[in-house]
Amino acid sequence: MNDLYQLAALILLATVTAGLVRIFIGTYGVARLLALQLFGTTAVAIVLLLSEGLQQPVLRDLALVLGLLASTMSIAYVRYSGVKSDTDRPGKKND
Amino acid sequence: MSVTVALSQTPIARVKKMTDLLGWLLICAGVVFFLLGTLALIRFPDLFTRLHALTKADNLGLGMIAAGLALHSGSIAAAMKLLLIWLLIMIASASVSHLIARTAHKTEYSREHNA
Repeated sequence: MNDLYQLAALILLATVTAGLVRIFIGTYGVARLLALQLFGTTAVAIVLLLSEGLQQPVLRDLALVLGLLASTMSIAYVRYSGVKSDTDRPGKKND
Repeated sequence: MSVTVALSQTPIARVKKMTDLLGWLLICAGVVFFLLGTLALIRFPDLFTRLHALTKADNLGLGMIAAGLALHSGSIAAAMKLLLIWLLIMIASASVSHLIARTAHKTEYSREHNA
């Protein structure tokens, strides 16, 4: 029965691998972040499946941390890509 | 009545079996949603259509897998933690997809593709 959890995790890993191809082919700039976002969500699902399949409840905490960290890279990319946010005022000093 | 119980399993065992089955159905549906999300990422033509497909399919798939695992876990605390993980991912994913769409809209991406 536990093998079925790992089979599901393996299928999800295959979809992530297929999705990562999209980073290299056919996209540029901010569009590449989409595959990374898919990867972040799928990684959480994989870890959750493994925590049940391997009988390791600790892995649920790992999934929580992964979910927290999945968005930071996209936020950092967007923040430093040079696009002003709506709250930036023209006269505001950069400090 | 006692004959029925004796012929099949006890009621508690039957409920457990049905819960397990329901959990597996939810997990399978979640995996299918992830597969469809990846298919959309590969097949759809531009960023905004991909974003549209990806954000919905992903979060629904994760929610279904978390619900199925919560049924299998057999404890309220574990189920609540799975619910918490799903809610966190939904909040993060919604903010990130909003940021990606806004950045793509404001930078050269939308200009080159719509001009």
